[in-house]
Amino acid sequence: MASTSETAGTGTSGAVPQPERETRLARALRESVIAAGLTAILGFFFLALRTEIETGGLVLSTRWGLWLAAIGIVFVGRLALNLFVFGRLGATTRRKPATTGAGFPVAKVLTWGLLIFAIVLPFFFTIVFPQRDRQYIDLAILIMTYIMLGWGLNIVVGLAGLLDLGYVAFYAVGAYSFGLSAQYLGFGFWTALPLAGLLAASWGMILGFPVLRLRGDYLAIVTLAFGEIIRVVLLNWTDFTGGPNGVSGIPKPTIFGWELGRRDGSFNDLIGVPYDPIQRFIFLYYIIFGLALLTNFVTMRLRRLPIGRAWEALREDEIACRSLGINTRNTKLSAFSIGAMFAGFAGSFFATRQGFISPESFTFLESAIILAIVVLGGLGSQIGVVIAAIAMIGGIEVLRNLDFLKAIFGPDFEPTQYRMLIFGLAMVIIMVWKPRGLVSTREPTATLREKKRISSDVVAQGEGH
Amino acid sequence: MEYFVQQLVNGLTLGSIYGLIAIGYTMVYGIIGMINFAHGDIFMIGAFIALSTFLLLTTILGISFLPLVLLVVLVVSMAFTSAWGWTVERLAYRPLRGSFRLAPLITAIGMSIVLQNFVQVSQGARVKPLPPQITGGITLMEGSSANGTIQAQLSYMQIIIIATTLVLMVGFSLLISRTPLGRAQRACEQDRKMAALLGVNVDRTISLTFIMGAALASVAGLMFMLLYGVIDFYIGFLAGVKAFTAAVLGGIGSLPGAMLGGLLIGLIEVFWSAYFTVEYKDVAAFSILAIVLIFMPSGLLGKPEIEKV
Repeated sequence: MASTSETAGTGTSGAVPQPERETRLARALRESVIAAGLTAILGFFFLALRTEIETGGLVLSTRWGLWLAAIGIVFVGRLALNLFVFGRLGATTRRKPATTGAGFPVAKVLTWGLLIFAIVLPFFFTIVFPQRDRQYIDLAILIMTYIMLGWGLNIVVGLAGLLDLGYVAFYAVGAYSFGLSAQYLGFGFWTALPLAGLLAASWGMILGFPVLRLRGDYLAIVTLAFGEIIRVVLLNWTDFTGGPNGVSGIPKPTIFGWELGRRDGSFNDLIGVPYDPIQRFIFLYYIIFGLALLTNFVTMRLRRLPIGRAWEALREDEIACRSLGINTRNTKLSAFSIGAMFAGFAGSFFATRQGFISPESFTFLESAIILAIVVLGGLGSQIGVVIAAIAMIGGIEVLRNLDFLKAIFGPDFEPTQYRMLIFGLAMVIIMVWKPRGLVSTREPTATLREKKRISSDVVAQGEGH
Repeated sequence: MEYFVQQLVNGLTLGSIYGLIAIGYTMVYGIIGMINFAHGDIFMIGAFIALSTFLLLTTILGISFLPLVLLVVLVVSMAFTSAWGWTVERLAYRPLRGSFRLAPLITAIGMSIVLQNFVQVSQGARVKPLPPQITGGITLMEGSSANGTIQAQLSYMQIIIIATTLVLMVGFSLLISRTPLGRAQRACEQDRKMAALLGVNVDRTISLTFIMGAALASVAGLMFMLLYGVIDFYIGFLAGVKAFTAAVLGGIGSLPGAMLGGLLIGLIEVFWSAYFTVEYKDVAAFSILAIVLIFMPSGLLGKPEIEKV
């Protein structure tokens, strides 16, 4: 199990001048033996043995080769890590001082670079990869959806410091409010979009009102419970929501009332451009891009308003906030409902992109993925969310295309079944490696004379009370 | 009446399982103040180890004397699951001790995903059915109703579950209240820094807490497997959330509270299914979690949290 994590850092080889080389080698060997022994114990019932369902009951089969291979990998990996990585870390990479000076503005260049790339992305893909453009743009839409959700959750977790594990509930509310209003009332995407945001925000208020007195982890677990309640209700209220069958036939978005398509009276007919299915993907991409930019813009502006400052103050110290006369309840509720509103928008977009929604899409895992994106990116950092979303969601998708692995491990090897395993491992490893997230500097909103980026080590982020 | 008694027995059985898992949550929360999100999956790991050991003993080694088999399964699954609990703590939580509060929660969620998918990949995603091993029982009451006779039965399986839980609870309470280990554990719970200053090995105590929690969860896993006869890689999530609810209901940090909370959650779930709707039984459990936290945040037996500025 630990093999993937421990072989990750073996690339940095090279002899290190060490006076106590002998003892270090002995120590490394001892630790590797322990790690390998532990792997043997942990893996015995899962790698060496496997229960199979056969006629007449369960049957045990053995896979000694796999078990021994895992032990070997862990032993070698641990040894290499001990010799080449762990020893050097303490000596060479000291922590940088808390405040970093101006220097080269990496973040700024990266932000603008990514923005420009995002603007031209559909044309870039249609020109550079004309064969696979649809697949890549679809992936870009998916990543953009997660970026938007991450930015929305960032308001709640990153700015206001409220740990929300049930964010997907509002995503579901948004998706179902469009799906159901299209089914029962015949609403189109653009009519349903504000409605979805409004409904999700209202649900944010309704759910937030009773629970916001809770602190930290308790809030997390109650929001998780609410997320599950909404999912279970959607699943069982078959008459209204369609239950496990979901809602299908959700209309595609239109351009000012004209559809994209081949028919007479469609948008293509109007402007005289022949229809191509890729246009629909490009259009969807720009919708979610616009929505995501809106989320980012609103967040950035809100941070400069008194309400945004109140959120950040609340995150740092709730008691101090109350002493200064900030209405903590309203402040929390506003963060909760604004965050929920953006999830509602994203949900509504999700419904129109898929054309079909069911409770399956709104499990706890989804909440965990969004939260992971926010936390791994660095709480409160907008660019961090983008990087984390690209890395996590894009990284998962890359696994789908690793056909060459089939040549190594045989035709039965299915890389996609490992994607959640790798996702979970990545979550753990990144968090242990950088507990403050990938982007761990903060841009303060209020400054004296000059702007300085500050390390997140000096702010009490995500205390959640 | 017979129906009621039957549901009472069922509820107590289910509650015992939840209570055993809840102890792991409550101890970890008490000592390091984090929700060990992966604990539900440790329970699942325990169930899988128990299943494999059971098959190993009965089909490959050919032992057919059931009490011996169950005893060996119990010991083996406790030992191996403890190793898993220790490893999870060592890999995902210890490096982050002293870091900010969200960090261990995120690694815990990550670990939960890892464990679920590891089991799914290594053991397959299909549910594993095991035919009931212990059959029969004692008829407590018998009465007649509109459609024939109705019985309240206490099966031997239920007796074993409740009795094992009782024995473990008594033993565990003694361990916490009488032994040096228990004393160290309680000291760390009250004040980790002070305990360290007085010579308690805090890291070791925390590791042992995880080991004890995992061992109890594995017993719960074994019982779950024997009681329901089906397990899959996803059973840990719901059971974990419900057990956490139980821990909160009883007052987090309190061991008798966890057991009491577990029994209450089990009873509520069973009675809700029996008299209202089965579909919404999870909603009932989750609603109780929300209601308890909102109106009684310190739970039934917990100490109120006093905040000093």
